[in-house]
Amino acid sequence: MAEEYRLILKHADESEYTTDIDCYIRHGGYETLKKVLGMSEKETDGKTISPQEQIREEVKQSGLRGRGGAGFSCGLKWSFVDRRSGKPIYLVCNADESEPGTFKDRQIIYKDPHQLIEGMVISAYANDVNLAYIYIRGEFPEGAKILENAIAEAKKMKFLGKNICDTKFNLEIYVHRGAGAYICGEETGLLESLEGKRPYPRIKPPYFPAVLGLYMCPTIVNNVETLCHVKHVMELGAGDYAKLGTPNNTGTRIVSISGHVKNPGYFEIQVGHATIGELINDFAGGLPNGRKLKAIIPGGSSSKVFKAGEKYKLKQKDEEGNDIEKEVDLLDLPYDFDSLMSAGSMSGSGAIIVLDDSTDIVEALGNVSDFYAHESCGQCTPCREGSLWMSKALTRLNSGGGRKEDADYILKIADNIPGGKTICAFGEACSWPVQSFITKFKDEFEAKGAQAEAAREAQLEQTSK
Amino acid sequence: MAQTTNKEAKEAEKPEVEMIPIKINDLEVQVPRTQPDPMTGKQIPTTMIQACSMHGVEIPHYCYHPKLPVAGNCRMCLVEFGMPAMDRSRQPILNDDGTPQVRKMPRPAIACATAIAPNMEIYADSDGSKQMRESVLEFLLINHPLDCPICDQAGECKLQEYSYEHGQSASRFFETKVHKPKQVDLGPRIMLDDERCILCSRCVRFTRDIAGDDALGFINRGSYNTLGTYPGKSFDNNYTLNTVDICPVGALTSKDFRFKMRAWFMKETKSLCSSCGTGCNVLVGSRENQIYRLEPRENDAVNSSWMCDSGRLNYKWQAAPNRLKEVTARRGDIREVLSWSVAINEISEKLKDFGEGEVAFIGSGQQTTEELYLLKLLADRFKGMTDSIPNVGEGDDLLVSEDKDPNTQGAILTKVSNAKSQGRKISKISQGIEEGSIKALIVFRADLTKGAISQEILESLDLLIVSDIHKTAMADISDYLLPGCAHFEKRGTFINTKGRLQKFMKSVEAPGDARPEWEFLHELVHNTTGSNGFSTIEGLFNQMAGSITALESVTWASIGDTGVSIEI
Repeated sequence: MAEEYRLILKHADESEYTTDIDCYIRHGGYETLKKVLGMSEKETDGKTISPQEQIREEVKQSGLRGRGGAGFSCGLKWSFVDRRSGKPIYLVCNADESEPGTFKDRQIIYKDPHQLIEGMVISAYANDVNLAYIYIRGEFPEGAKILENAIAEAKKMKFLGKNICDTKFNLEIYVHRGAGAYICGEETGLLESLEGKRPYPRIKPPYFPAVLGLYMCPTIVNNVETLCHVKHVMELGAGDYAKLGTPNNTGTRIVSISGHVKNPGYFEIQVGHATIGELINDFAGGLPNGRKLKAIIPGGSSSKVFKAGEKYKLKQKDEEGNDIEKEVDLLDLPYDFDSLMSAGSMSGSGAIIVLDDSTDIVEALGNVSDFYAHESCGQCTPCREGSLWMSKALTRLNSGGGRKEDADYILKIADNIPGGKTICAFGEACSWPVQSFITKFKDEFEAKGAQAEAAREAQLEQTSK
Repeated sequence: MAQTTNKEAKEAEKPEVEMIPIKINDLEVQVPRTQPDPMTGKQIPTTMIQACSMHGVEIPHYCYHPKLPVAGNCRMCLVEFGMPAMDRSRQPILNDDGTPQVRKMPRPAIACATAIAPNMEIYADSDGSKQMRESVLEFLLINHPLDCPICDQAGECKLQEYSYEHGQSASRFFETKVHKPKQVDLGPRIMLDDERCILCSRCVRFTRDIAGDDALGFINRGSYNTLGTYPGKSFDNNYTLNTVDICPVGALTSKDFRFKMRAWFMKETKSLCSSCGTGCNVLVGSRENQIYRLEPRENDAVNSSWMCDSGRLNYKWQAAPNRLKEVTARRGDIREVLSWSVAINEISEKLKDFGEGEVAFIGSGQQTTEELYLLKLLADRFKGMTDSIPNVGEGDDLLVSEDKDPNTQGAILTKVSNAKSQGRKISKISQGIEEGSIKALIVFRADLTKGAISQEILESLDLLIVSDIHKTAMADISDYLLPGCAHFEKRGTFINTKGRLQKFMKSVEAPGDARPEWEFLHELVHNTTGSNGFSTIEGLFNQMAGSITALESVTWASIGDTGVSIEI
């Protein structure tokens, strides 16, 4: 049976563990930072490698992938930073955890804020950053207070501020609260919001944060969990860290499980060391009694849905290292970045939403669509108009005004939104659920439409009698 | 607008720009790698939309405007494209014939923000590109009110144009449209219809980045987004009406113009704004001899694509009720209406009675260069004093000049006035009249009784000839009153404060007997000097150009639509 592996949340849920710095230090906190700040230049092949470069290389070697949603290599992201612009480099922690189904970053912020701060100081040091921000969603007022307090404590203890740990390294971290908008989690929307503007995501090109980010300066935007992992990469060393998880899917990650399970919650696993089935049944207690699985949203509400009973062909390596294709049942899918991708969806923000057979799938999609129609910033046409159109059509379908052709009608709207047609990935986020729900459960959508048509016809007959 | 006025200087020192090969549809072309940034003038990478435009391929667009920073929000210019394929070592993969292998990219790009690269292929007309255009248009139209019959933009609306070219014949939309505020009073000159707005943000960028007044923004979210000002604030800078021009749809309308005339009925005439010395290029929209609106006409050497509101709305004087429509002469206590031929003959005869220095001439910066030239010729015949009255007011950093006359430089170039002492001779003329040394005065477009020369002194003249277009206090005391033309009613040239010589065309007929001043000035010059001028504006201009050094090598034809810069 798969087991939790708590790295990030190692102490978070221990009964005597508190958010204050003394407790963190008692548990070995800030030791990694001290170690990192004590690193010295290294000579390799006649080249002098600065400690900063060494850390960046270590993060690259660790295989750490972003935990915010895209699963992009953290080391690679850092390598894109324009270090020759002469402008300051900023680090921004994306704590705008807003993907429906996701509640992992809040565990870190609320229970172990210093871990995040230590991760940030190390990341800032590695990237020559002297000013960093934590952009925290407006719905976490308590979290913001906890972070403010932790920052004050860290400054007092010289883990932050001027001459950190008596080195020449200076770093200030500011907490910035959002005002309650999903789009602020999109990194360029976040930067606009941080600059005090309306969070309209920026067009890329040319506004890649690594080159033209916050205040048009090179900027790194990392998720809360990712930044915490940086600390562990440096604590364990890239080699040992990469032993956690599976190749190309290293480390641990916190999975949030919600929906129709007996024991919803968050579970930290080694990436790929538990299957979806194990996560649902072993960790989350399985479905309520007598219920059958209908569908799984595997990586936050924007990820494409999996239908119960589906099988996927995964490309894997056999024991001799040859590429093989293996057929895997939905519940046997290892929960990692690559497997879910090759199964046609994504692990996204690590949020699994379980839907059992009591679910009206059309209503479930209507719910998801309502959310995205409400959260579309409205900057670019396909997403602005498409998200509301889909949600209106689904609302109509769910309230007795459906037509048989509505399934195809809505699907066609969804097809015109994703694939690089919008400024940011919100276009994908609002259309992927619609595409996948309707494609996989088309009969239910058509039945609902047909039912409504029949009801209207019957009523018409009634009145004409 | 320093960046545009310096443009010519910049062009002269334009760096050699590398040409790179790209393919647009099936067309192999060479395109400059960089283009000047519309905001800063710095060389920045050429975009797909610019490259296509250079070669006559229009990529449909709403939010993109060549004079504004790129926004990339409408998605209308999405195109499929291909890039040279690279192998693992970042070396181009070549075809058998040695040409680079180009692969279609998996995701489309917005042509307005995507830089071109060597051997890039832009598939502007591919099925995929067309499909994206069609779907963006569909999205833009689902919540649009489709109130074209009562929309002022009809006939010049990009939604209509692109629907015609790229749209679908029927709507699939089965839901209720989003309703938003209509008739939003955005400012003293602008009315907003939020339902028509496609949220392209051109107006927001214009007022923030060009006018320097960050007055507009979007509120609400998603499809409910609306354009607005800060609560309680009015959109009232002096450049607001430019947003009406650049609004690709009928969302922003001019309070002055709305519901007055359908766009397709109007005749458009290339002209100039005469409200100040900047000389913004305009298009006059008129129908049946009535002017309905002025719109800025692009001229990067003068006004870019913009003009100020005060200048734009300053056209109603052309049809004002106090326009002079008759030639009159004072006969004792009454004024007699004359024909032009009688009046010009009488004036010519009377003028012959005056000796050297006995006739003075007051011209105006409102007159055309040709008219001022003829006035000077006439003055030279009598060795008479000439000048014009400066007309100074408030200016700004953008387009409004402190010089409120359009052709002060024309008066200076023709030596009617002196560059350093314009207007100083007026008091000398006044003194001359008082002392009796000046016996006759010819005045154009000036009410001298307003502080320049008193009515009493003017009445002591033997002969006072006044030409104006509106009735002023000068009318009743004049011996001859000659009705002139607004510049909308004739052709001619103005020279702006920076030495840009520009011509304007005739858009409407003059009222009554009013006549272009150059015509009767030409007759007076002929009658009094015997010299033969030209009876066409082209000939007259070319004759003038031949006698003024700064105009050497300039001909009427060579002035073109946007003028030429001359030494002033």
